[in-house]
Amino acid sequence: MSETKTDDKAQAKPAAATPVEPLLVVENLFAYYTAEPSVKNVSLDVRPNEVVALIGPSGCGKSTFIRCINRLHEEIPGTKVQGRVRLAGTDIYGPDVDPVAIRAHVGMVFQKPNPFPSMTIFDNVASGLLLRGGTKRRDVKDIVEDSLKKAALWDEVKDKLSAPGLSLSGGQQQRLCIARTLAVKPKLILMDEPTSALDPISTSRIEELISEMKKFITIMIVTHNMQQASRISDRTGFFLLGDLVEFGPTWQIFNKPKDDRTDQYISGRFG
Amino acid sequence: MLTLIWVAAAVALIPLALVFAWILGAGLPAVSWDFFTQIPAPLGQSGGGMANALIGTLTLVGLASCVGVPLGILCGVFLSEYAESKLARITRFTLDLLTSVPSIVIGLFIYALLVVPMRGFSAWAGAAALAIIMLPIIGKTTEEVLKLVPDNIREAGLALGISRWRVIMSIVLKGSSGAVATGVILAVARAAGESAPLLFTAFSNQFWPSGLGQPTPSLPVQIYVYAISPYAEWHQLAWAGALVLVSVVFVLNLSTRILMSRSGVVRAR
Amino acid sequence: MASSTHDVRRSDRAFKRGLQVAAWAILALFGALFWFLFMSAKPAFDAFGWQFYVTKVWNPVLDQYGALAFMWGTLVSSLLALVIAVPVSVGAALYLTELAPRPLRAPVGFLIEMLAAIPSVVYGIWGIFVLAPFLRKWVQPFLSEHLGFIPLFEGAPFGLGMMTAGIILAIMITPTITAITREVFRSIPDLLREGALALGATRWEMLRIAVLKTGAAGILGATVLGLGRAMGETMAVAMVIGNRADISLSLLKPGATMASVIANEYAEAGSDMHLAALTAVGLGLFFVSLIVNSAARAIIWRVERTGS
Repeated sequence: MSETKTDDKAQAKPAAATPVEPLLVVENLFAYYTAEPSVKNVSLDVRPNEVVALIGPSGCGKSTFIRCINRLHEEIPGTKVQGRVRLAGTDIYGPDVDPVAIRAHVGMVFQKPNPFPSMTIFDNVASGLLLRGGTKRRDVKDIVEDSLKKAALWDEVKDKLSAPGLSLSGGQQQRLCIARTLAVKPKLILMDEPTSALDPISTSRIEELISEMKKFITIMIVTHNMQQASRISDRTGFFLLGDLVEFGPTWQIFNKPKDDRTDQYISGRFG
Repeated sequence: MLTLIWVAAAVALIPLALVFAWILGAGLPAVSWDFFTQIPAPLGQSGGGMANALIGTLTLVGLASCVGVPLGILCGVFLSEYAESKLARITRFTLDLLTSVPSIVIGLFIYALLVVPMRGFSAWAGAAALAIIMLPIIGKTTEEVLKLVPDNIREAGLALGISRWRVIMSIVLKGSSGAVATGVILAVARAAGESAPLLFTAFSNQFWPSGLGQPTPSLPVQIYVYAISPYAEWHQLAWAGALVLVSVVFVLNLSTRILMSRSGVVRAR
Repeated sequence: MASSTHDVRRSDRAFKRGLQVAAWAILALFGALFWFLFMSAKPAFDAFGWQFYVTKVWNPVLDQYGALAFMWGTLVSSLLALVIAVPVSVGAALYLTELAPRPLRAPVGFLIEMLAAIPSVVYGIWGIFVLAPFLRKWVQPFLSEHLGFIPLFEGAPFGLGMMTAGIILAIMITPTITAITREVFRSIPDLLREGALALGATRWEMLRIAVLKTGAAGILGATVLGLGRAMGETMAVAMVIGNRADISLSLLKPGATMASVIANEYAEAGSDMHLAALTAVGLGLFFVSLIVNSAARAIIWRVERTGS
């Protein structure tokens, strides 16, 4: 997937009526931990440079769903995935496809910031490059700086790149994890409740960051926080008990939901 | 009744004080530069030292570590990262059994395995016995340490597109290297103090160790030999040896305490 | 978009296989241990049968062997060690968890653990030159004179013997029993202690009801583990027990344990049958240690699971 395609799409507004080639297409996805599916027949698509939010009560399959997109779900023994997931046209569950290779194209940021312990800030950001191989040493330094700038962390850490990753505050650590993910230049970033462990100030900084990041990357974010979803996303999907009940433009989900269940969740009748 | 509890605690500590006092009292006078550089003097002559035994212990423990450390760490990695597999469960159980085997029985095993076919005592045999003693300590410590690394660290590594083995070795294991080193140091301290399994594997030698295929002296065995001998000069050497041995073991144990508390501080941030 | 390189999948599989080889090596090691022990001991079984373990005679000159004296010695020395060590260890554990002022807990605990780090041979040399002469000069004559009518204290004061061995073993297993008992006590919820005090119990009564009684299973596990350690101790025992293959009720007499006879006789064993007999003793020690240690671990594991 070339850089130019993304650049072109940077001009297009996701809410416009112009039909746009989706980056990610999910068709009839089922995911199992045991015999009963935790994700039931979910289909959606994600366009380049848009932010898609997934909302819904806890335990209803949102996190499981995104872990199927970067093939992390199957790392748990005994799990199963059915359905089709196409990233930039390629079926990521195809017979010849290596899950490890896929994961470099789909990044993930976790709920609890998890910088690698006993690694410096620099090494954390560079870890994906160094441990995957294939990047020249002299490029690594540039990529690290670039990623930290894109994650809005560079100014705060540029003088202490060899400090331990864990010496940063919670909000900074999460931005460090974002920089780490950006360094391997994925096409899509999955975020699993990235701000739920952070204080309000760090949370709003990361929300700003996500809006900035839209310019050069695509994001799918799982969140418990409905206000957050309505603030930062272009389209929103509502999950309930493993089903994708409704999926559409954010303003429509929050103001004129088509399904009663969506309406009830939005208005706080259950949570 | 409550006073009995105080008394018990004191009784537990008194032997420590007594043992220490005697080792210092009887050992210190005999420790000299000669002790560290000379081999034992011929019978009837005074002077001499235990330099050969010191070199021997270094050789035996060093050799044992070459096998015991990598094998122990690999075992610990396996038990932690593939913990649910049947092989892991059986191995964990076996490792526990191995810890229960008295060290002299391990000596009997190595005698039959190595000493008999090689037709003689050797450093190889002694090192093999020590390696078997070190293995479970290193394996179990590594397993426990790796289990403390939260799963989302592994997930973060996998999510970057790093292969599983690199996640384990370069992120999980490397990140816990201080704690793993603690297990290794404890195993080394234990091996350095063992004499029973060396009695008929490495045996003993009054002279400089002449080769890895030859009987090799070691500090604990020489202490034993000299202590049960009827010669006063040898008793003196034995006390000096005991002082050196205890000092080394203590320093190693203390260093693990310092290492552990330091890595604890980093984690607490 | 790139699809695969099987290389990564292959290296992951190779890595897992390498780890499995390491695991199999441990299993093979254990199997080999048992196999070689058994094969080396076999000549003794062929000659003496399983009665080997209940025969008292041990005569290298006549090549007649039986392990009973050593099993007796192991039993007596370990039991004596437990009788001394368990009250002391439980008391020390109570002190550390209930009575000691907070700043003292870590240092005192550390010191008790250091007892475990002292090598066996160092206890041995201290036993030969300090404890045994002390017992011979001050304690044993007293016991022999005033209590000599009891079989336990009959005989001449010799110093080296079962009593010295038992005391040294007690010192060596105290840290083990204390450490585990301490953990057991620490995991007893404070609620139980407070409840007893609220009912009007004195400090000691509270400890007895809330701590000792609740932790009884854990103390048992710690004791059995201490027993396992005592049975396997070699060097210190070999140096102070006097090395006589004999069965006697008197603690003042010299004796021998399964571990000590191997240490004392193996390197200079005369005949092949002597070696085989010693190995057979070792095999017996192997099994007994395995059983006792596994039992201890099972008890402790169950205590951890059910919260005692």
